[in-house]
Amino acid sequence: MPRTQSHKQKEKPKPQKLKGLTFQDLLLKLEQYWTSRDCVLQQPYDIEVGAGTMHPETFLRVLGREPYRVVYAQPSRRPADGRYGENPNRLYKHTQLQVILKPSPANIQDLYLNSLSAVGINLKEHDVRFEEDNWESPTLGAWGIGWQVLLDGLEITQFTYFQQCGGVDLDPVSVELTYGLDRIAAYLQGVDNVFDVMWSKTMTYRQVRSAEEQQFSAYSFDYADAASTRKQFDLNEAESARLLSEYGKLKSGAIGRFPVLQAYDLCLKCSHLFNILDARGAISVTERAGMIGRVRKLATQVAQAWLAQREMVQAAAGVGA
Amino acid sequence: MKTTGELLLEIGCEEIPAGMIARATAELKELLSKHLVTSRLVDEPTVDDSIEAFGAPRRLVAIAKNVRLRQEDMTREIVGPPKAVACDSQGKPTRAALSFSEKQSIPVEKLLVISTPKGEYLAARQSIAGEAAREVLARALPECIREISWPRSMYWTTADSPRFIRPIRWIAAVLDGATIPFSFADVHSGNRTDGHRFLGKSGIPVTSSRDYELKLKKNFVLCRPDERRKKIEEEIRSLTSRRSLRAHDDPELLNLVTYLNEYPTVISGDFDPAYLQLPDEILITVMRGHQKYFAVEKRSGELAPHFLAVINLPHDSKGLVRAGHERVLRARFADARFFWDSDQKCKLEAYLPKLATVTYERRLGSYGDKVERARTLARWLAEQWFNRGMTQADVAGSDRAAELAKCDLVTEMVREFPELQGVVGGLYARAQGEPESIAWAVYDHYKPLGLDEPLPRNLIGCTVALADKLDSLVACFGVGIVPTGSSDPFALRRAATGIVKIILERRLPVSLSAMISAAAKALQEHAPRIDVSSQIEQQTLEFVLDRARFYFREKAGFSYDEINAVFAAGADDLCDAADRIAAVKAIRYSKDFAPLAASFKRIRNILEKSAGKDDKGQVAVRPDLLKEKAEVDLQAAAQKIREEVAVRKKDRNYKSALEGISKLRPSVDKFFDGVLVMVEDRDVRKNRIALLASLLKEFSTIADFSELGADEPK
Repeated sequence: MPRTQSHKQKEKPKPQKLKGLTFQDLLLKLEQYWTSRDCVLQQPYDIEVGAGTMHPETFLRVLGREPYRVVYAQPSRRPADGRYGENPNRLYKHTQLQVILKPSPANIQDLYLNSLSAVGINLKEHDVRFEEDNWESPTLGAWGIGWQVLLDGLEITQFTYFQQCGGVDLDPVSVELTYGLDRIAAYLQGVDNVFDVMWSKTMTYRQVRSAEEQQFSAYSFDYADAASTRKQFDLNEAESARLLSEYGKLKSGAIGRFPVLQAYDLCLKCSHLFNILDARGAISVTERAGMIGRVRKLATQVAQAWLAQREMVQAAAGVGA
Repeated sequence: MKTTGELLLEIGCEEIPAGMIARATAELKELLSKHLVTSRLVDEPTVDDSIEAFGAPRRLVAIAKNVRLRQEDMTREIVGPPKAVACDSQGKPTRAALSFSEKQSIPVEKLLVISTPKGEYLAARQSIAGEAAREVLARALPECIREISWPRSMYWTTADSPRFIRPIRWIAAVLDGATIPFSFADVHSGNRTDGHRFLGKSGIPVTSSRDYELKLKKNFVLCRPDERRKKIEEEIRSLTSRRSLRAHDDPELLNLVTYLNEYPTVISGDFDPAYLQLPDEILITVMRGHQKYFAVEKRSGELAPHFLAVINLPHDSKGLVRAGHERVLRARFADARFFWDSDQKCKLEAYLPKLATVTYERRLGSYGDKVERARTLARWLAEQWFNRGMTQADVAGSDRAAELAKCDLVTEMVREFPELQGVVGGLYARAQGEPESIAWAVYDHYKPLGLDEPLPRNLIGCTVALADKLDSLVACFGVGIVPTGSSDPFALRRAATGIVKIILERRLPVSLSAMISAAAKALQEHAPRIDVSSQIEQQTLEFVLDRARFYFREKAGFSYDEINAVFAAGADDLCDAADRIAAVKAIRYSKDFAPLAASFKRIRNILEKSAGKDDKGQVAVRPDLLKEKAEVDLQAAAQKIREEVAVRKKDRNYKSALEGISKLRPSVDKFFDGVLVMVEDRDVRKNRIALLASLLKEFSTIADFSELGADEPK
């Protein structure tokens, strides 16, 4: 067992030549890979989410029977994981690349592995494995069966056969691939610190993102006002609940344009506000489960309303008739 | 002509969770055996030897040898009407016989007469042609696959499709070289298998199990777990022994990596020795938990700055995999060090207020409340053991350890590594200058984790462990959380087993009922103030006693009747009960004791029979009514032995006390030979019953011998 020269290596000047893809090229390559496999290229959702799954392109699209394929990047905010940009691996906001394939194709594992080859990972020289990891989101009432994919011991992707979403059993099953882009880029470039990743040929991840990391960490750990954040949570929850209850009273003719999507946006707001309160240390463990339950209640009602609405709209348009 | 052949079944899956493969292959073997026997393709007595099953992450495999290629033809007798009904007085067939013949499509003259226990009957012998195994198996194998049970199965296409642990992607089913055609979950069976995901070919045709195994090996799959395990063990040895190192022993991890890889290879990597400043427990947990690495230690047991990773490749010639693993471990260790430092920015006890916000159970309040109850109990228990080496300082120590025991639940480290609860608290306590004994007590207080797992290492630790478990048990029973069947969310069975194990193995003399009452009192006195009724205390006691029976049986190896005999005489002090069981076991088959035990059973029967009559009122034996010599002698012998036994029993010398009791045997034998209990004279009868009752009562305080079975085990 010869000793590594890791500490000595650190003292050497940084290699001039970039190893691996830049962060943005990695993103582009993966998007290209999946769009050439019939995925719709979507944009990140424009309100704060904790994971790509919360984007309506996943949360709502996996419901019902219509086939769909989509790929999009989703910057995901996890206030409790923030470290003011000082930790080499932990981020307030990390970037996921999300792929949904509905229904799940039989060659899905091969499709996924080929995407790794497409970004320059030689599968015969690296240890790529699928280790049991069943994903679950209590706030969304969603869970699935699958793995985390490890590349030489590093978790790079969550691979899930969705079984339930918003409390609804899924039929057909969608497969969800969630790539952790930041860590994949760091791995490909051979850097230990995500902030040293080259974002483009000239700019580092640090240059692009560190102000965000510092300031949002500071907000959620030090500045957020618990009382007003709670108030916002309550307001968003109440508005979402009001919409959902109005929806329940509608006559069938008016259902088509009813803003279920807005009720969902408000639910997402609640989820993010909850995360801020949690990071701020303002929620006791006892209270925690209760607040998660409140968000889940909205999410499951949205899922049901959305399903019913889609069925009605399709029936009216004669789809599938 | 060839009549038997070999069956190969391979269920090709996406990666099956490593922990489930061994159990699933065992079940596959059972199911396939069942189907082969019921379809008459293999005979029951040979089935176990002819089938084997094994698995790897992407495949479950079963091989059956000597499978009949065609079911044997079979004849079957179908019983028809009784002969008396089928034939008239001239012996001619009746309508009943004719209609039976028609139904069976057999001419009436070819029907048989068979004799049965119910008399003679008409019968038809039908011969059933055997079916080709290929067809039989095409029906049986999908059933076999469907019947494998999984802890958490999934569907992967539509909701009405079959469920399995992970999607099935191919099925190879070959009998004597030919494919058995069927489909399961839209997958059609064939004669092809897939090699290693990255290094092997796919769609490899196979003809036999030998061919299958050889081709898989060429394609980088070792399909047998034993082979994989051996490869891992050998490589670990060769990587470490040269440098006088060894892998940290971890059979569970070895088993896991055996089932995580189809072609395992061990590589070694290094980490910065500066991380060795972190406690071993944390380093090992980081390496094994997240990364599934073996820690490496020197001969002294001290950790060395290396790790062993098992990868699913034949080699890592460019060192790319190793560099990747080292990088990941650096990040993990950096996190652990961050938690270690940031958790200790304040003292362990400073986490106490935060425990008040963590719910233990809705009705039972927070962990803060639980800690207060456990402290009270720990003090109470420690006071019971002043005579066991406990001092006033230890009482204070137990209180302190109970106070700190749960603090680590709200640290970052335990949030990251929940399996380190207790351990982290103990390590922090030690690093922060708590006395060693208190730090270990915190560290150990979740122990023992099972019947064969170690106890807390010191008496304070045992005290805190008992207090914590006792509180969980009585508190949960108090609000109606009682384990049923497989549902035991608060692990109360384990808690009760732990209580029994600590008391018995540390030989801590304590009254179970007093202990439970103390816990009930603590629940009443501290928030949220739960009232525990005496019935619930009794129910809890019985639950603990039930676990104690389990312990005596499974761990200590006593038999049911020995345990029953002693428990019938009371088992509130478990250590005392253990001594009595040992004494009973030691002498139960001795020359005098065994017949005496039989006589006691006879006494009990007599007393039970007389229970309905009014013969039982008399308590004291009246010497004036003792008529026969045998009963006078018995009374005298009992009196003499009684004193002798009482002394030995007081000294807890139970074996010698039981030997004393065996001396009653001749007198008891003579009594039963010469004296009739159920005589006409009511007074005499009542007196004799009183004599026997007093005998049973006085000599059953160590054990109720009438519970003992008579037969000596072979």
